[in-house]
Amino acid sequence: MTAQLPALQILLPMLASALCVLLRSPAGAWLCFTLATWASFAVSVLLVLATRSGAILSYEMGGWEPPFGIELRIDALNAFVLLIVSGMAAVMAPFARSSVLAEIEQTRVYLFYALVLLCLTGLLGISITGDAFNLFVFLEISSLSSYAIIAMGPNRRALLAAFQYLIMGTVGGTFILIGIGLMYMLTGTLNMADLAERLPAMADSRTEKAALGFIVVGASIKLALFPLHAWLPNAYAYAPSLVSALLAATATKVAAYVLIRFIYTVFLPERAFDGLMLSELMMALAAIAMIAGSVVAIFQHNVKLLLAWSSIAQIGYIVLGAALVTTAGLAATTLHLLNHAVAKGCLFLALGVIVWKTGGARLSDLAGLGRTLPWVGAAFVIGALSLIGVPFTGGFITKWYLLVAVAEQELWLLAGAVVLSSLLSIIYMGRVIETLYFRAPSQGTTRSEPVPVLMLTSVWLLALLNVAIGSYSEPFAAIARTAAGQLLGGTP
Amino acid sequence: MLAWLANPAWLLIGAGLLLPLLPYRLRQGLLVLAPLLAAGWLWTMPQPTVVTAMALGYELTPLRLDGLAFVFALIFLIAAMLAGLYMLHLRSRMEPASALVYAGAAVAAVLAGDLITLFVYWELTALASALIILANGPQTYRVTLRYLLIQVSSGLLLMAGAIVHIRATGSAAFNELGLDAAGGWLIFAAFGIKAAFPLLHNWLQDAYPAASPSGTVVLSAFTTKLAIYALARSYAGTDILIPIGAVMTAFPIFYAVIENDLRRVLAYSLNNQLGFMVVGVGIGSELALNGTAAHAFTHILYKALLFMSMGAVLYRVGTVNGSQLGGLYRSMPYTTVFCIIGAASISAFPLFSGFVSKSLILSAVGYEGAWLVWLVLIFASAGVFHHSGIKIPFFAFFAHDSGIRCQEAPGNMLLAMGLTAAACIGIGCAPGLLYGLLPYPVDYAPYTGSHILSQMHLLLFSALAFTVLMRTGIYPPELRSTNLDFDWVYRRWAPAVIERGMSGLAAARNGLHQSLNQAARRHVQGPRGKRVESILAGHAWTTGSMVLAVTLVLVLYLLSYFS
Repeated sequence: MTAQLPALQILLPMLASALCVLLRSPAGAWLCFTLATWASFAVSVLLVLATRSGAILSYEMGGWEPPFGIELRIDALNAFVLLIVSGMAAVMAPFARSSVLAEIEQTRVYLFYALVLLCLTGLLGISITGDAFNLFVFLEISSLSSYAIIAMGPNRRALLAAFQYLIMGTVGGTFILIGIGLMYMLTGTLNMADLAERLPAMADSRTEKAALGFIVVGASIKLALFPLHAWLPNAYAYAPSLVSALLAATATKVAAYVLIRFIYTVFLPERAFDGLMLSELMMALAAIAMIAGSVVAIFQHNVKLLLAWSSIAQIGYIVLGAALVTTAGLAATTLHLLNHAVAKGCLFLALGVIVWKTGGARLSDLAGLGRTLPWVGAAFVIGALSLIGVPFTGGFITKWYLLVAVAEQELWLLAGAVVLSSLLSIIYMGRVIETLYFRAPSQGTTRSEPVPVLMLTSVWLLALLNVAIGSYSEPFAAIARTAAGQLLGGTP
Repeated sequence: MLAWLANPAWLLIGAGLLLPLLPYRLRQGLLVLAPLLAAGWLWTMPQPTVVTAMALGYELTPLRLDGLAFVFALIFLIAAMLAGLYMLHLRSRMEPASALVYAGAAVAAVLAGDLITLFVYWELTALASALIILANGPQTYRVTLRYLLIQVSSGLLLMAGAIVHIRATGSAAFNELGLDAAGGWLIFAAFGIKAAFPLLHNWLQDAYPAASPSGTVVLSAFTTKLAIYALARSYAGTDILIPIGAVMTAFPIFYAVIENDLRRVLAYSLNNQLGFMVVGVGIGSELALNGTAAHAFTHILYKALLFMSMGAVLYRVGTVNGSQLGGLYRSMPYTTVFCIIGAASISAFPLFSGFVSKSLILSAVGYEGAWLVWLVLIFASAGVFHHSGIKIPFFAFFAHDSGIRCQEAPGNMLLAMGLTAAACIGIGCAPGLLYGLLPYPVDYAPYTGSHILSQMHLLLFSALAFTVLMRTGIYPPELRSTNLDFDWVYRRWAPAVIERGMSGLAAARNGLHQSLNQAARRHVQGPRGKRVESILAGHAWTTGSMVLAVTLVLVLYLLSYFS
């Protein structure tokens, strides 16, 4: 059984997706979704336990030997990303029940769950596979399903947002495919480990450099790295609440993983960064993203948009750590994948409850809700504190590791950018909190029934997780260090 | 984990976190009992105590108790207890809860034995204290945000300095640093902001008067004295602190004299008192450090007492503007007496607490032979008497009768003021009580003939000056006006400059756009302002421009490879 875990990780949500379509009833689909995500979370926990000491699991799909067959290959970093993706989905499952019923047409609910499960399959598949082309296939699965679920958002603008995301996502996917194609042309193989062995022989070939260029840009689009970020705010803002939360917590993390995996495992850092500007370019874009994202967030009136712009700033942190090419930097990035997922997930879910209650996510819809919905307000505040990086929250742990990593390279300007960005986040988060607690409630119509316990459970699980990681981060930090060591050690 | 929580400070933080969930009576009990229990715990703890724990990959010291830490932690707990008593009547939950967390964080920071722990609690004090200001109502939102940004900047400077220091030396220990240590200047700047160094001081006068009557009492005790403690721990004997401190004692006097809001007068006077402590740290001898610790101890008490009395006035009358008050001694006789005791203490009258602590610092300065500094401090002492000793009680309780008739302060406020006043007099009459708590052995007699005589001269001449100025009508009258201080630079001038710069940038951008677009024979729609707005609002992207960005970045990458 344990030997089959890697396959189960993707098969569970995939089969559950089909089952949802067969079940057709909203309640049945939700149950199916919940059980599948929980089972998939359990699998990823087992995988993390198996790999956290530095072991690498390899699974031959269908019994075909790599490099000819498709290989699932799990090291500390994959397992960690799998844990984030499946964990976020599992935590959000209880929240989904009421939120989806409120936002999605009754007759489409089962299709919605099926698509969300497909999207998860894609994200988990990207993270687990050791085959470059297989990665592209899963990327398309996750992208196509996410266009559809974004378009199902209650506001009609969701259609345009999904369309723009479709264009950009397709460009990004195609770029990645071109990069993979160029590599295949050079080496005749698609297995990542095999590519890593064969590419050095092609060193200094322009084709190899072009391949890296296409893959980096393609992944940066999916990652929404400035200035390729423009699809993200609207896509997050107009998607259904569950989708905003889930994508914000997982999709960009997986894209970051793709970027790191290709640069560090396939191309190997010593050649990818050798004498070229890639590192500097990534740092510069990351710094601009951190500042610009935060500044724009300050001017938003729709809290979903505000959170989306803050994500763009936070992606800057993630890319910055990866661009440092040091163990400390990669460890900070790995940790931030988790911490940002937990903080943003918490914020989007709390906001989701508010949308469920008031029907809107504009600042004016939030006015005074901190008093009428004390539990939701408090969870939002915890998420906001974590995003700002206050001690005893997860966000602080990353900020600390990232600043240590930046200081190690004596890049003081970048350290200043990180500090400035977190000061700006106080301003935009402060605005929301002020509205939540100190504005008179608006006269709009709100639902009279109390907030469902299941929704609150999800929100508070994430809020408490923020505090738990902030108070005791060692287990995750150890995994992050192992992952960073493996990436720089060159072991795929 | 236990190493972090087994700390008297966590008794307060825990109580603060628990407080919002409890009914009113229990909340009241917790407010007073938690600091008392913590003080008892602290008292029985052996010195030195050091507790270490692993976190963030370093060996940290969550608890380090020695003489210097003990005296600051003790007075913080006493202040927390008195402030708790003072706010006992509050029905709201946010202010008492934040006050307990704030006091606890300050105690924890004092007990911190390494820079990382210090930073963690440093940030916690910033957050909790911001909540105290915010608890006064939505109108304080902007003040709170300004305050919080400055406090968090101080924290981030400390964090940056700590990282640099740990990287260079491998040690996170929070001990003597000095400016030449790695990261020394960064940490110095972080401490300087919280200690309200000149030009870094405006957050204090800006924020403290904005809090509720009881909120200001809480605020006045912790943040700045925590910074003084940190300076004494890491920068004792740093020469530059002497001129900084001297300037700090002198310049707030002028602002205090012309300020109308009496709580803001006290905020300026708080700044001035900090100057004495900073000078003490700068001299760095055992006597001077004892003086600093002693002055912090007495200062917390009498400053709290003054803020309590003004808070009581604000609570009953609704304003503390000198121009609107006067003659209140008829309605609030007890408060008047307590205020005068506070005023006498801050003015360092013999037999009051300020006298026995300030003498230590003045003598330390004298032994060093720094006569210029000594003269500045003497001038400042006279000024203190002038604005805190005379002006505060005079304009609030005497002067012309404003006709206001109100109730005496509530019982719990009177009790808090009474206890604090008793402490001020007790320390003044029996200085040995205080001297026994100080970090270094004390061999000092405050009550010598020359000390008393020179201090009385000073006070009498200051009083004479006030009388003459009042009689001749030269004394600046209490007017409703706004004083321009250094914060004008960042609240008015800098925004104006940035706005100019931004609109210039927008014009340049716009010009570029227009010429580009003209080349493409198209026209930009909408006026300039709209355009900037839409960029800030983040929706100026069409699908076409998104794809254009992709192309640009790809070209950039490829160029960087083929160059």
